[in-house]
Amino acid sequence: MTIPSTLRVLLALVLSAAAGLASAVTAVGSPAPDFTLRVLDGPNLRLQEQRGKVVLVNFWATWCGPCRKEMPHLNRIADKYRSSGLVMLGINVDDDVRNAADVAAKLGVKFPVLLDTDKKVSKLYDLNSMPSTLVIDRSGRVRYLHRGYQDGYEDLYDKQIRDLLKE
Amino acid sequence: MRRKHSHTVRAAGLLGGALAGGVADAATLPDDRADVMFHAYEGGGLRASGPAILVRKKLADTVSLSGSYYVDMVSNASIDVVTTASPYKETRNEYNLGVDYVVRDATVSVTTSHSKEPDYIAASTSIDVAQEVFGGMTTLTLGYTRGNDQVGRKDIGFFDTATHWRYRLGMTQILSPTWLASANMEAVSDDGFLGSPYRVARIFGSTVPESNPRTRTSRAVKFRVIGEVAAGNAVRAEYRYFWDTWGVKAHTAEFGYARNFSDLWLVDWYGRFYTQQRALFYSDNATAETTYLSRNRQLSTFKTTGLGAKVSYTAKRVPGSYEIKLNGAYELVRFKFADFTDIRSGKAYEFDARVLQLFMSVIF
Amino acid sequence: MLRLLSIRTGAGAHAAALIGSVLLLCGCGSIEPWVKPYERERLASPIMQFSRDGLADKHQEHVREVREGARGATGVQGGGCGCN
Repeated sequence: MTIPSTLRVLLALVLSAAAGLASAVTAVGSPAPDFTLRVLDGPNLRLQEQRGKVVLVNFWATWCGPCRKEMPHLNRIADKYRSSGLVMLGINVDDDVRNAADVAAKLGVKFPVLLDTDKKVSKLYDLNSMPSTLVIDRSGRVRYLHRGYQDGYEDLYDKQIRDLLKE
Repeated sequence: MRRKHSHTVRAAGLLGGALAGGVADAATLPDDRADVMFHAYEGGGLRASGPAILVRKKLADTVSLSGSYYVDMVSNASIDVVTTASPYKETRNEYNLGVDYVVRDATVSVTTSHSKEPDYIAASTSIDVAQEVFGGMTTLTLGYTRGNDQVGRKDIGFFDTATHWRYRLGMTQILSPTWLASANMEAVSDDGFLGSPYRVARIFGSTVPESNPRTRTSRAVKFRVIGEVAAGNAVRAEYRYFWDTWGVKAHTAEFGYARNFSDLWLVDWYGRFYTQQRALFYSDNATAETTYLSRNRQLSTFKTTGLGAKVSYTAKRVPGSYEIKLNGAYELVRFKFADFTDIRSGKAYEFDARVLQLFMSVIF
Repeated sequence: MLRLLSIRTGAGAHAAALIGSVLLLCGCGSIEPWVKPYERERLASPIMQFSRDGLADKHQEHVREVREGARGATGVQGGGCGCN
């Protein structure tokens, strides 16, 4: 039997603290911390309920240029893999919800926009970049973590999602 | 994080979100925009006004091109001109072209500038690099400009040149979610003809042509801090110290307050205070012969006090798409000279100047 | 006989020390950036910019540089026109 998950997380935390790195609550390989957030136009959504599906979580904000640049690519990927079992979640961290709604509509966001106005989930995931994209597998483990957005990241997301859907 | 510090890294508007500060591993290009402006200066008998236009456009996601054109129509009846010659009118045209390029979390900007008037042509090229470090909390900037001028006189044409070098270093630091600070330093070196072929100096009451050194090196350091003290209210304070090889020392202090009114209006108020100590070879009326002599009031001992306000109105905003802003800015400046005499009245010279800017910006 | 002042060279040394210490800071990584990327929204707002409109700022800086003896370190694109 492998090291129990809570101990694994603790170990990761200690190791990363020693290395002076950002806290590794979201270290690749550890379970994605659960959260429940309000959705822009719909009922609340809980991460744990998406078990069994591959989940891509993208943290974004209206004031972040690369986030807006990435959005059309995420839309495309969401459409492409929706029927194959991909759930894409956009977590917005704006203070102004109305502005977030306006920009999301303008960008034509086709997947749920969750609102993290008080930044609780951002802190929980200890984000150190905007945007931050996490790809979570069917058992709820963080498998890939992308910091920021550069041209070509969308191809990485595509490949990683495809690999995880096969599992 | 990215801010306007020593230089080109243009800051973003809400729409632009190009606050590369919010992003690790990626700097962002400035927003696309188009500005059309009318500017006017009037003071001390000199009037300069004209249009200016700026266009900036992204190409291929990593490059932003910009171009601007600026016209100064000058009508000069200033104290120097009326006491030694007769008022004149002339037009100066200036254009600038720039390329901004983003590589991961650094922005490289190359710009060239060309200014032309009947008796002066100035051309310069600059390169500036802005690098984000420390998780985007700090931006370091480095810049270099090299300029070449051709100096002329209306009656004899171009007769000399001047070369300029500018070196810039800067650091902007996020202090907290609502406070920002920056420190900048710039060294400027000049070589060549550094005065005006029309200006005269005075010695023992009679006029002689002015004589300036052919080299000058100056340094300036500036500290700025800006913070949001309450939602929609920000204050800023700036201080610059300048010193050079000509003996000029100057202090500049500026205080500003900016406030959002509703969603559409933004108003800034500011006060600027400048004091300068004269150049070593400056004299209002020299009483001894010296190698260099100048009566250029720009090099004298004087103070300026300026008060200004700027209003910005968002005429149309389509979130995530574009914004149209109408802006107006006005500044009133009082110049008071301690050792430059208005020879028409015999008293120390002082005058008021007014600066006006009216412009429309479309930001994409 | 006039003698020109010599420039203090301390400024260059200070700048080097400044850059050096910042680079060291990034290198060791034991101090965490204390303002997280998702907390930087207010810093992006127009009222928190040192400079909002490049064209207007350039004109304002030109007006000052022509009339005052001091120049530089202003945060506006370098390379004034040097016109008379």
